[in-house]
Amino acid sequence: MARLRLEGIEKSYGKVPAVRGIDLDIAEGEFAVLVGPSGCGKSTLLRCIAGLEEVDAGTVTIGDDVVNDMRPRDRNLAMVFQNYALYPYMNVRENIAFGLKARRTPAAEIETRVRRAADMLGIEALLDRLPRQLSGGQRQRVAIGRAIVRDARLFLFDEPLSNLDAQLRDEMRTEIKRLHQELGKTMIYVTHDQIEAMTLADRIVLLRDGTIAQEGAPLDLFERPKSKFVARFLGSPPINFIPARLDRNGSTLAVRCGEEAVLALPPERAAALEAHAGRDVILGLRPEHITGSSHVGERPEHLVPHQVTIDLVQPTGTRLYGAFALAGIEVLAELQAHDVERPGETIEVLFDMQRAVLVDPDSEEVL
Amino acid sequence: MKRRGRHSVYLRFAAAVMLLVVFLFPIYWLFMIAFKTPEEIFSSPPAWYPAAIQFDNFRVLFKDGDAKTVFNSLFIAGASTLLAMFFGTIAAYSLARFRTGGENLAVWIISQRMIPPIAIVFPLFLLYVWLGWVDTYHGLILLYTAFNLPYVIWMMRGYIEDVPLELEESALVDGCTRWETLLKVVFPMVRNGLFATAVFTFVFAWNDFIFALVMTRSEVTTYPVQVTHYFGAQSNFWAKIAAMSVLGAAPVFVAVAFLQRYLVRGISLGAVKG
Repeated sequence: MARLRLEGIEKSYGKVPAVRGIDLDIAEGEFAVLVGPSGCGKSTLLRCIAGLEEVDAGTVTIGDDVVNDMRPRDRNLAMVFQNYALYPYMNVRENIAFGLKARRTPAAEIETRVRRAADMLGIEALLDRLPRQLSGGQRQRVAIGRAIVRDARLFLFDEPLSNLDAQLRDEMRTEIKRLHQELGKTMIYVTHDQIEAMTLADRIVLLRDGTIAQEGAPLDLFERPKSKFVARFLGSPPINFIPARLDRNGSTLAVRCGEEAVLALPPERAAALEAHAGRDVILGLRPEHITGSSHVGERPEHLVPHQVTIDLVQPTGTRLYGAFALAGIEVLAELQAHDVERPGETIEVLFDMQRAVLVDPDSEEVL
Repeated sequence: MKRRGRHSVYLRFAAAVMLLVVFLFPIYWLFMIAFKTPEEIFSSPPAWYPAAIQFDNFRVLFKDGDAKTVFNSLFIAGASTLLAMFFGTIAAYSLARFRTGGENLAVWIISQRMIPPIAIVFPLFLLYVWLGWVDTYHGLILLYTAFNLPYVIWMMRGYIEDVPLELEESALVDGCTRWETLLKVVFPMVRNGLFATAVFTFVFAWNDFIFALVMTRSEVTTYPVQVTHYFGAQSNFWAKIAAMSVLGAAPVFVAVAFLQRYLVRGISLGAVKG
């Protein structure tokens, strides 16, 4: 188990840059998730850590060792691959023991460790089977078993759940989280799925075009995104972005969306944004921060009411997503199940302006 | 409907049997001659099988030392197969995994295999005379190795490219060196291809006539060349020809029978996804 430090990591494939100057410090025992859209460099970064790719520039430090020039085997890491990478000609026991054998571990210890790993993952009964006799979920368990059986300094996961169906993915996600709690190992996990990132991570590292867009605790990124990209990447359904203008409104500031809506900001936010008065902005509001008004008793100041016509409803059971048009944009609101019975109804919704994210339309940075 | 279906099965079965007879008869006849007495060989009407199994024809071959040519063939073909497989597989790995020489090198290599042997056999003979390699084991072994390498490299490159890269990467991270990865992951994964390629390589060297004819005199004569010695100006020694051919065919029969189970594909199913 060890800390991982990346300094100025760069990696190109031919002329195509994949990773462009990444600095990252991951603490001992931390669960870090590298997340981002495809082509953002997250897998490349993981492979650089593993030693499967050589970095063009920068240093990779694991524990106290600079490992740039170390072969993968000398870095003492364990890695779980998206396609499981099980050896088809070996049974489960041999697959799990492979890394220990390669490192000349005594046979008795191998047996104990394999048993323990199999026990943790609930695959004791499968030890004598061949990979082709296993289901996808079982194969992924074996692949994870092969990693945790080793006393590795870092655990790397490269999109381990992408090949599983939705239900199994939820199950394995819980499993991996539990394993991290039990083992307390430093884990680095690559995914393109923001839900996996949010649920698993102690720390999310959100990548875009080979650089870090933002890193921090999941809720930190979710609630205080630094840019439009970060705000849009996290959260499902995604955040609404509405073109708007930051205007003075008496003593305070208000966000004006088209002709229809004037949404006053609460005083402390208005004070912080004073310098930007009079300019065009993009108003970002998550669906869960645009709610129906019928259930709110005493209405706090930062919930700003507005009449809208819901033209599309998507019930999910307990909740209902209602779409309405605002400033020429389709906006999604998260309503209660019976706030709207059918499309076309006009209702009052509340905009939670305390949670509003205001973005500079030119730089796409959050103001 | 049912009747017609049955008829067509009978018909096809009959056709298959007839084809089989046509193809197997020469081999049957060869084996029969090998065990016949000289009188039986030339009897008219022909004797379909020997009255009694006797090994005189073989005994003569062993007594005169002619049988040694089968050993020569076995040794030369075996050694060159091992060499070609070893170096060819390493080269193929390099081509497949490190993109050595780019895309064109592999094509250039296989193009070497397209050279007609007859075009190079005499220049090579002159070279071998100069080197003093004519009629030596290493001379022929090297020649067959060189001639088989392009084929091995080409075939093995294809098999190796089919091995999922992640299997190797996983082994590297788990603590294997490149060589260990090759040995513990790549070889088991391409085992069928390895054996199939080896069989073809072996059979090429085993069957070769032109190189062996030109490059040997008396010391390392291979069995196909030896057989031609029994064709005389006045008469042909049919008994020896047949017995020698049986000796020569036997190792290949055994080898293929033994390796057949490896030639069946399917071991790599389930390696990735599923």
